[in-house]
Amino acid sequence: MYGFEAMTFNIHGGYLEAIVRGHRAGLLTAADYNNLCQCETLDDIKMHLSATDYGPYLQNEPSPLHTTTVVEKCTLKLVDEYKHMLCQATEPLSTFLEYITYGHMIDNVVLIVTGTLHERDVQELLEKCHPLGMFDSIATLAVAQNMRELYRLVLVDTPLAPYFSECITSEDLDDMNIEIMRNTLYKAYLEDFYKFCQKLGGATAEIMSDLLAFEADRRAVNITINSIGTELTRDDRRKLYSNFGLLYPYGHEELAVCEDIDQVRGAMEKYPPYQSIFSKLSYGESQMLDKAFYEEEVKRLCLAFEQQFHYGVFFAYMRLREQEIRNLMWISECVAQNQKSRVHDSVVFIF
Amino acid sequence: MGGGTQCPTMDLLRSEPMQLVQLIIPAESAHRSISYLGDLGLFQFKDLNSEKSPFQRTYATQIKRCGEMARKLRFFKEQMMKAGLSPSARSVISDDFDLDNLEVKLGELEAELIEMNANHEKLQHSYNELIEYKLVVQKAGEFFHSAQNSAAAKQREDEAQQRGEGSIDSPLLLEQEMVTDPSKQVKLGFVSGIIPREKSLAFERILFRATRGNVFLKQSVVEDPVTDPASGEKAEKNVFVVFYSGERVRNKIVKICEAFGANRYPFAEDLGKQFQIISEVSGRLEELKTTIDFGLVHQSNLLRTIAHHFEQWSHLVKKEISIYHTLNMLSIDVTRKCLVAEGWCPVFATNKIQNVLQRATVDSNSQIGTIFHVLQTKESPPTYFHTNKFTSAFQEIVDAYGIAKYQEANPGVFTIITFPFLFAVMFGDWGHGICLLLATSYFIIREKKFSSQKLGDITEMIFGGRYVIMMMSLFSIYTGLLYNEFFSVPFELFGPSAYGCRDPSCGDASTAGLVKVRATYPFGVDPTWHGTRSELPFLNSMKMKMSILIGVAQMNLGIILSYFNAKFYGNELNIRHQFLPQMIFLNSLFGYLSLLIVVKWCTGSQADLYHVMIYMFLSPTDDLGENQLFFGQKFLQILLLLAALVSVPWMLFPKPFLLKKQHDERHRGQSYALLENSLDDSDETELHHGSGSHEEFQFSEVFVHQLIHTIEFVLGAVSNTASYLRLWALSLAHSELSSVFYDKVLLLAWGFNNIIILIIGLIVFICATVGVLLVMETLSAFLHALRLHWVEFQGKFYEGEGYKFQPFSFTSLDTEDE
Repeated sequence: MYGFEAMTFNIHGGYLEAIVRGHRAGLLTAADYNNLCQCETLDDIKMHLSATDYGPYLQNEPSPLHTTTVVEKCTLKLVDEYKHMLCQATEPLSTFLEYITYGHMIDNVVLIVTGTLHERDVQELLEKCHPLGMFDSIATLAVAQNMRELYRLVLVDTPLAPYFSECITSEDLDDMNIEIMRNTLYKAYLEDFYKFCQKLGGATAEIMSDLLAFEADRRAVNITINSIGTELTRDDRRKLYSNFGLLYPYGHEELAVCEDIDQVRGAMEKYPPYQSIFSKLSYGESQMLDKAFYEEEVKRLCLAFEQQFHYGVFFAYMRLREQEIRNLMWISECVAQNQKSRVHDSVVFIF
Repeated sequence: MGGGTQCPTMDLLRSEPMQLVQLIIPAESAHRSISYLGDLGLFQFKDLNSEKSPFQRTYATQIKRCGEMARKLRFFKEQMMKAGLSPSARSVISDDFDLDNLEVKLGELEAELIEMNANHEKLQHSYNELIEYKLVVQKAGEFFHSAQNSAAAKQREDEAQQRGEGSIDSPLLLEQEMVTDPSKQVKLGFVSGIIPREKSLAFERILFRATRGNVFLKQSVVEDPVTDPASGEKAEKNVFVVFYSGERVRNKIVKICEAFGANRYPFAEDLGKQFQIISEVSGRLEELKTTIDFGLVHQSNLLRTIAHHFEQWSHLVKKEISIYHTLNMLSIDVTRKCLVAEGWCPVFATNKIQNVLQRATVDSNSQIGTIFHVLQTKESPPTYFHTNKFTSAFQEIVDAYGIAKYQEANPGVFTIITFPFLFAVMFGDWGHGICLLLATSYFIIREKKFSSQKLGDITEMIFGGRYVIMMMSLFSIYTGLLYNEFFSVPFELFGPSAYGCRDPSCGDASTAGLVKVRATYPFGVDPTWHGTRSELPFLNSMKMKMSILIGVAQMNLGIILSYFNAKFYGNELNIRHQFLPQMIFLNSLFGYLSLLIVVKWCTGSQADLYHVMIYMFLSPTDDLGENQLFFGQKFLQILLLLAALVSVPWMLFPKPFLLKKQHDERHRGQSYALLENSLDDSDETELHHGSGSHEEFQFSEVFVHQLIHTIEFVLGAVSNTASYLRLWALSLAHSELSSVFYDKVLLLAWGFNNIIILIIGLIVFICATVGVLLVMETLSAFLHALRLHWVEFQGKFYEGEGYKFQPFSFTSLDTEDE
């Protein structure tokens, strides 16, 4: 299969690849971000965005604008694009595209379950869910009392069902359990996605395995850092790491025993690709780690566009747009709360 | 100069002389000045703030306000669309609306409309809810009724059975059961409601799972689609009743109902209550209906008044936006007292612009007038041709290739005649020409009507080129008469044929039997040629030669235009080392061929021109023999060949060397200057670089460029001449196709002497003529004519590296962003 995509890829995937590359050309550039960072009010942001691809989505918003509206409309654009692509896609691209949304689905499930645990209104929670991760009976999640019920009632109908089989316990849901559930689900999801991409073979497998390995490694580091100082045992921690990626298996063993951030750093610096990320940080600091990881991810995602005839571009595009929406949210928040000095803290330039 | 307000007489050959002008406008009259200039439409503003982002500019807030108004207008338009109203075109032009007043008014209207919509929505919501309620009560009532009936029947049966078996069983136990039963039944509650049909299956499944099957769900289909109160959209729905036992299950069911968007409605088991509810609901429904209708009437009245003014308002807002965008391009003086504008305008418009600015100053009661100041610049001005509705389409053809450099000779002038003519050479049939003329005159006659309305893509294109098509059809009537073809049938329009039979028995399929009996047919091709065996050789030879003559003439015109360009820009080098050798090269080969053709036509000689041309190169000194057309031909040929050979290196070498020399001289002069006053050498070099005339002279680059140019011309002379043979080829194809349709369809059908076959034949003939000959052939001949103009003609002289004059004007506002 490998090397022959050029002959057959365009039969089914050519149109959509062209579409997604066209969408990519609409991503905001560094010049755009520079202009956006200079905005004084949200209306300025709207004015600037109206000259970009977001224009049609924002132009009919009445003037006192809120950050949530901006983010909502930008997300709506992404969702519209995604839906259009999904409509046009054939197998196996459609499955691939669906895989991209499972991550959001997991987040939504966790969001609703946590929300009901703290007795929040379901409608309010639903509004907070990412529209890409919606499924029919998502609101029913609020009925469930423990994981077994959760699975049996709702999730058995969703694509997440197979991932859930690993974490069914009869324990009542609490914050810790939910977090473990999220990570177990994510682990299963990433492994499944990875396997699926390997099955596709060719350039898709090559590029996606790189991107997913990065994702898995990043999650491993985050799990480690977040679980330092909690009652999570080493073995349990070890179980949450995905069984692939650059860190697998030796890096995981080291991460599993880490007790503070500097040990994590020590473990990670043995891997050349992650050296550069950690070399930017001073010792004992973990605040900027997220941004450093995001920057690295964006760099890798952009590289996916350098090669043709593979599905990685769809994944990369969706991720880049999400990053862009995160950037816009940060900028809008900074502008709205008059914190312009912090505008550059969290913005990751894409180009 | 034309009459008073008219522009000066049209000079299409060269762009209107342009000037860079600086306007210093006092801040108080700036808005009005720009507005008046927009009405005039002869001034192109330069963006003096290009480094500033849109929201950093001075008038960003005003633009935002206008954008807000435009949004409100869009909202009105949407509302009008929903209500099925269209903005009236004949909107009353009432007193001038001030922007501020308009903003207030739009705000009020929007608020009113939004409130109305909200009220309407609320009413509609409760209306829809009541309808759903009614449905639930009816359906559930039916269900309960039938259930009661069957339950009663069952009970009767049971009782009958019990009566039969009662004696055998222990009566105590039975009594106990009878006692406990009612208390159990009391606990059995139910929830009734309505749910979208596509969700009902999942709903049932989830209910079953959530309660471990301890519910009983009864659904019944609502036939007509129901409007959902929340979304306001029509949807297919089911009425359901869920029976359950226990409070916990009830909570679960309620939650699930919420999750599925199922609307729950209370339901009374009591029949009397049911009737009461239904009658109550019906009463309220009628009330609501009248309220809603009244609201709708009120709303549509409001919308109608909006529609009345809509066009005017939206035009005003668009105008304001464009004015503020233009104002943003001006740079503001530090004192904020005046604005400085820079831009291009045609020289002839100087007075008009000054008048307009004067008027603006007076109208806005400004103390100081606007200063009009012509700047000297080295920047290349935009190109502006003053076209009218006839010439603009032809100019478009040229502009599609490239906008002329400022004051470069404009091929558009010649295109007006040569383009339709070359088209017609390929499309020579006066029958088809008349069809085309009729079609295009429809567009021309209804011009006023068409230009005011919006047309489809293709219609728009045809309408835009209506005058081009008219010229093309006129010329094809002319060439059709020359070719003597009317739907491929010849007519003896200009007197009888020159040829006649020698004797009555001569066959009509051969010219051999014909002799010339009269003077030559006075205009075009003799009709006798048609259908003879030698028709094709005769016509081919004629059209081929004609193509070459036309081609050589047009290419010469192109080269001559390059002379005019060089002369206009004072470029002696190009005249001597480009124009002259090119002229000599082309004419010594193909000019000579044209001469031979003309001589052959005039003398009626039998000489073989291919042979002459080929042996002119292969063995120029050989005797021409029977191919000799005139005395001294051999000598002339050798001379021409030598001239052509000389002109090739002439084209190639001198120009780059001379350019290098010129550059060196200039450079030397500069270095002397540097030696003399070394103090301000930095200024000097900066100045020199600033002018940007000849930064770096790369000899190799210039030489390679010239080499390419020479090769292109030498090879092009041959290939371009050959390219003109397409005139012959397409003309041949056209006449052959039309004769095939005529002979094989129309005449064949005619031959059957059957009216039905004739009608079918006629229909096929008309379809083929319109589809293939009138549409496809027109398109192909058009494209070939286009190519001949762009490549063969304009390639000889036209650089097309200018940019178009785009004045700030309000006339283009309405057409854009539709």
